[in-house]
Amino acid sequence: MKQLVCIGCPRGCRLTIEEKDGEFIVSGNSCPRGKAFAVSEMTMPKRTICSTVKTSFPDAPVLPVRVSDDIPKDKIFDVMREINAVTLTERIGRGDAVIKNVLGLGVDVIATSDLLKQK
Amino acid sequence: MHDYDVIVIGGGPAGLAAAVAANESGAKVLIVEREERLGGMLKQCIHDGFGLRTFGERLAGPEYVERYMDRVAQSDIEVACNTFVTRAEKTDGGFAVTLVSREGLRTVTGKSLILATGCRERSAKQVFIHGTRPAGVFTAGTAQHFTNRLGVMPTKKCVILGSGDIGLIMARRLTLEGAEVLSVYEINPTPSGLTRNIYQCLTDYNIPLHLSHTVTRVFGKDRLEAVEVCEVDENYKPIPETAERIECDALIVSVGLIPENELAQSLGVELDRHTGGPVCDAQLMTKVPGIFSCGNALHVNDLVDFVSESGAEAGKNAAAWCGAKQRRVDISIGDEFLYLVPQQLDLDSDNSKTVFYFRSKKVVEKSVLRLKINGEEAWKKTYPFLRPPEMQQLTLDMSKFDIDENSDVRFEIEVVK
Repeated sequence: MKQLVCIGCPRGCRLTIEEKDGEFIVSGNSCPRGKAFAVSEMTMPKRTICSTVKTSFPDAPVLPVRVSDDIPKDKIFDVMREINAVTLTERIGRGDAVIKNVLGLGVDVIATSDLLKQK
Repeated sequence: MHDYDVIVIGGGPAGLAAAVAANESGAKVLIVEREERLGGMLKQCIHDGFGLRTFGERLAGPEYVERYMDRVAQSDIEVACNTFVTRAEKTDGGFAVTLVSREGLRTVTGKSLILATGCRERSAKQVFIHGTRPAGVFTAGTAQHFTNRLGVMPTKKCVILGSGDIGLIMARRLTLEGAEVLSVYEINPTPSGLTRNIYQCLTDYNIPLHLSHTVTRVFGKDRLEAVEVCEVDENYKPIPETAERIECDALIVSVGLIPENELAQSLGVELDRHTGGPVCDAQLMTKVPGIFSCGNALHVNDLVDFVSESGAEAGKNAAAWCGAKQRRVDISIGDEFLYLVPQQLDLDSDNSKTVFYFRSKKVVEKSVLRLKINGEEAWKKTYPFLRPPEMQQLTLDMSKFDIDENSDVRFEIEVVK
């Protein structure tokens, strides 16, 4: 039996997971997302990461970014290294890819602000 | 004739939603923002999780707020950035607001005012930490500004005081950027931040959370060298025998937010001692006719979605406000509440969809929220649990109850034993 807190929304349901005959029985969730989260935590935990990338523009030294979809939890620091290796020289905008298919994980690192476009 | 129908003070999520809603109601709107860009604090809240209620998506802070900024840009709302309000006063049938910017001083007039001034962080000095005054003592928001907007790391090895959400978010953020976050200390016996943030910001990164602990002293001359940490007893008094010295180069303080209402007070707006924000009716009008309040200036929210919703409500009502006389009744609350908003009802307004926001004072298990009118139970709802960090929102048709100006309208929370 394992207990954890769902991070799907601010409600923060306290989940209990029991493994029975290779299946996970989840309780404490208030919606299907809770169950999906619990199962994912037991099999392959995933997280979204948000960070910033350096730019070459003095008016905005960093631009906020995030991954376009959840990545495996154990790849967080590897992806952070990739993000920190970038220096933007183009004034890209919200939703534009900063790194395509980062580390072959099938997700992009995308800009989350139009900061560089609003001089 | 006024320059504007509605003047919105503050260009963060509350002010933007208010301006958009007022504009959609046909009002001529001005937003006054003291910073260079609109967006408020969300400019530096780069983490995701915003907008789940409003857009059904998990957006980063800038993504969320820029959606509102785009709507402002596409409208005929006027925006004055890099502009401070130095003074606001009531005039015949409206308000005069004195603005200072690089262009100099000017006074604009408006029919109604929306105060969307947000909140500010409680500082280390406000929680009585003794010692010298070295560099390296930051509020979580300051650390966030350095990290996320300036791209400068404020610490290599730090301690966080307070388990408020920004502190937890910063614990994760600094860890991701390579800093060592030694521990989070919380003076209360229960965490102040959302449970999911404890999980995804601390548990995920093996950062310990020590409840019933506080920082009592800082050491260091030019730069912070260490802090002293103590366990506290049930009266929040540090227990000297438990004192421990922890070497670190920064202390990050996340010990609560205070609604910013100096301007409101200068206009004679009455504040609620529970929220720190103005006393309002369900239309979010303060006790000064024509002045509305929303977002974190009204009460500190834990979700930006609620901030925007209250902004939109204030915006719509400020645009529609025509100076009608009001008949108001107070709404009182039991001791189990931390607060409840709105604190009044205007009996001549449409209260069929009154939105209440409340927090319990303590963590309680199964509880019944009761509305009593003249001592009689008029309505109730059962909650599986209530926790102070997790604000509750509730829509009630208040028009169906028999309420007049002399009614005793009261909410109570009863814990089911």
